[in-house]
Amino acid sequence: MAAARTSGAMTPDPVSRDVLDADAIRRAVRRMAHEILERHAGADALVVMGVHTRGVPLARRLVADVEQIEQVGVPAGELDVALYRDDYARIGPRPLARTHFPVDTAGRTVVLVDDVLYTGRTVRAAMEAVIDQGRPDAIELAVLVDRGHRELPIRADYVGKNLPTSADEVVRVRLREHDGVDAVSIEHSMGER
Amino acid sequence: MIEHSLFTFTGVRMVDPASGRDEIANVVIEGDKIDSVGSWSRGLRIDATGLVLAPGLVDLHVHLREPGGEDAETVESGTTAAAVGGYTAVCPMANTQPVADHAGVVEQVLRLAREAAMCDVYPVGAITRDLAGAELAELGAMVAVGVRCFSDDGHPVHSARVMRQALAYARTWDAIVCNHAEEPSLTRDAQMHEGVQSDLLGLVGWPREAEETMVARDLILARGLGARLHVPHVSTAETVALIREAKAQGTRVTAEATPHHFTLTDEQVSTYDPVYKVNPPLRVKTDVEALRAGLADGTIDAIATDHAPHPPETKERDWAAAPCGMLGLETALAVTLTELVRPGVLTMSQAIAALSTKPARSRDIVGHGGPIAPGTPANLVVFDPDARWTVDPRASHSRSHNTPFAGRQLWGRVQHTLLRGRFTVRDGEPLPPADGDDDGMDDLS
Amino acid sequence: MPDTIVLDPPDSPRRGLIHLLDMAELDADTITAVLDTARAFEQLAARPIKKVPTLRGRTVCNLFYEDSTRTRVSFEIAAKRLSADVLNFSAKGSSVSKGESLKDTALTLQAMGVDAIVIRHHASGAPWQLTRWVDGHVLNAGDGRHQHPTQALLDLFTIRERFGRLDGLHVAVVGDVLHSRVARSLVQGLRTMGAGVTLIGPPTLLPMAADDWGVDVAHDLDPVLGKADVVYVLRVQRERMEQQFIPSIREYARLWGVDRRRLGQLADQAVIMHPGPMNRGIELTADVADAPNSLITQQVANGVAVRMSCLYLMLGGDHPNQGS
Repeated sequence: MAAARTSGAMTPDPVSRDVLDADAIRRAVRRMAHEILERHAGADALVVMGVHTRGVPLARRLVADVEQIEQVGVPAGELDVALYRDDYARIGPRPLARTHFPVDTAGRTVVLVDDVLYTGRTVRAAMEAVIDQGRPDAIELAVLVDRGHRELPIRADYVGKNLPTSADEVVRVRLREHDGVDAVSIEHSMGER
Repeated sequence: MIEHSLFTFTGVRMVDPASGRDEIANVVIEGDKIDSVGSWSRGLRIDATGLVLAPGLVDLHVHLREPGGEDAETVESGTTAAAVGGYTAVCPMANTQPVADHAGVVEQVLRLAREAAMCDVYPVGAITRDLAGAELAELGAMVAVGVRCFSDDGHPVHSARVMRQALAYARTWDAIVCNHAEEPSLTRDAQMHEGVQSDLLGLVGWPREAEETMVARDLILARGLGARLHVPHVSTAETVALIREAKAQGTRVTAEATPHHFTLTDEQVSTYDPVYKVNPPLRVKTDVEALRAGLADGTIDAIATDHAPHPPETKERDWAAAPCGMLGLETALAVTLTELVRPGVLTMSQAIAALSTKPARSRDIVGHGGPIAPGTPANLVVFDPDARWTVDPRASHSRSHNTPFAGRQLWGRVQHTLLRGRFTVRDGEPLPPADGDDDGMDDLS
Repeated sequence: MPDTIVLDPPDSPRRGLIHLLDMAELDADTITAVLDTARAFEQLAARPIKKVPTLRGRTVCNLFYEDSTRTRVSFEIAAKRLSADVLNFSAKGSSVSKGESLKDTALTLQAMGVDAIVIRHHASGAPWQLTRWVDGHVLNAGDGRHQHPTQALLDLFTIRERFGRLDGLHVAVVGDVLHSRVARSLVQGLRTMGAGVTLIGPPTLLPMAADDWGVDVAHDLDPVLGKADVVYVLRVQRERMEQQFIPSIREYARLWGVDRRRLGQLADQAVIMHPGPMNRGIELTADVADAPNSLITQQVANGVAVRMSCLYLMLGGDHPNQGS
């Protein structure tokens, strides 16, 4: 009779459940690498841009896989979208991370890489930053996790895992390069359900 | 032609405040330096029994008038008079024409003194352009040619701001600023000291406060900045007291007094003879006593003459029209011996210190003022402390004759003055340099 | 100083600058944040599109009571590159020159809803007074003889870019320190960041209480030159001659001017800096200004990036639809 699952309001700590472990992440990235190569019939005219913060190590892993599969080098860079955001009131001005485009984007496809796709606002800001830098032939998006709840008409071209969530849940991505471990988990935020 | 000279003053009373010695000794001079002080002699022996040998005198305050005032004095005549008075170094003031407010005039005076070769000069540079008290003179340019002290003497630096800026700016080189302390708004038309005499004689009075207020101002400014101040021709008892207190508080101040100020009073003015007209004026007995006490306790560091020659026609007018100023170089030592040493106000050593050692120290002058020791430059005076003589203005070696001690009987007469081993005065007579290597030795017995 | 809050409190979500008035109020972390952010903005200048939309919809007013085309243009470019709207309000030919007080001008700008005011004024302390009359942010672009924080920050940025650090460096500041707001700000900034400073000049142009500044003082330039990493030369105005600070320009140039000979005494790694505008031939000669180890043009170039950084850290946390 009683619900087997306890609700978040009954416990003071956030309840989290693991969704992807290190192996799952590795496989997802590898699969995305294959998909990119298949769609573009090779890796000739690409440049992979990781979006700060965790998009950056993900981009590097993606590029490493692509290079290993296809035996070619792929230019990789990093992008801080802080100057293009529309939600400063929440986050405040922060020190700016490094933005580096390794090559001219003209004649190339820019593949943006981020850890979580949610409202789409970060990606919108990233696209604007890319367009201010140059004029690529196309922009594509690769994300490790798509959790839904888009507020803008934006979709990912390559998805590691689709994770339907509710708005009061938090998707937490941890990567070895930043957090010491590879794991994706969903947490209930503290407060009432 | 002698390669270099070697001679000894034997049995002389050597008074050397720098080394604290006052003793009978033989002093050996070789070339331009002291060779030794002791009991042996070398070279030609000059018997100096009964005489005093001291470091050559140093006068912090003289007016040599050249360039521009050659009627009254030239560098050559002035330095000759200085040598006759026992001086080996003098500091000529900047109120020449043109004013010594730039390196050019300073270098000219240095050159003239070198050529006359009777006495070393350490020119004082002007504080302000043209002595106008408004714009700073290029002190740095003058420091570069050896100037260590700046004064607008003759004129006060009226503005407290200009004086303060000058004291501050001079600290770049730790140079000395010397201000003629006279508040001009208090001395308008003044002719003599303001007191009983000025009332009797019907002459406009010169109040003490004109000096004291400005000395107080300068002492406070100097103290606030940690700057070096020199107070010239102190004339009142209160000024002495102000300086005494300032020194106790650590102010970096030195002071001088003239022989006429520690000897004469305003009673002399009753003769209406402008030879007694001077700036600051002759005061009264209590001031004279305060100056003597100040010399005795070291509040006043130096005796300086303010030697101020004026051609006779200017001094032989009615009192009001005559300029201020008295000669002093040839009488300073004798007046000091007569008025201060003989009565026991100062010891011989203290007197020599005030005439030579302390003036040199206060101005960072090296090579004069002693010590008299092996290897130091032979800048010396040898005098007979007991010789009596009467001051005859016509016999003065200056171009001018305005001495206030005319006709006075004094004790103490210079026999010899040596500048780096060369006799500039021998047996009381000046000895200008001849061509060649003449050091005055040739016909000494 | 009045109790004007310059930074958001440490626990607030915003953590930016409310006002930028005075170098003494910036701690080392804040200065580092400004310099790091400036470096990011420097990269923008290399892009074809030098603008970012960060401050779109915000209004920045340049309120300049003193002529300074160069500084005003630098602030204008900085604000525009952040997509802010810029109002230029200079003293000449405006209601200001007709006698309107600073307070009235401030209330007018407040009523018009200006988000930030960049003020340069001849009276020390004017920016502080302004903060009492407006709700927006105030940035001090130079007040009287008092402070010029953005100049100091761009100088710190220039030095750090060159040497890779600030702490442990030795900076010689030469010239009219007494009348210089640039010197005040810079010395405070250098001390906060751990650099050593020597002030050099005639005693009449150095502050009386230099001991309180935590710096060394010298009057003779030559012995100090060989030990300095940075020789920062200040401007000397001709008027100082008439005010008895120095006897003549000629004497100043001879004793404290940096000429070719003095340039040769510098250590290999040392650089020359000057906040501008220069009096060539007085505080430094033309060949020194143009020497390879002169960073003067870099200082000017860095001004925009540093000012962008300041504006971003001040305004970047405000939401356009909310009050600040």
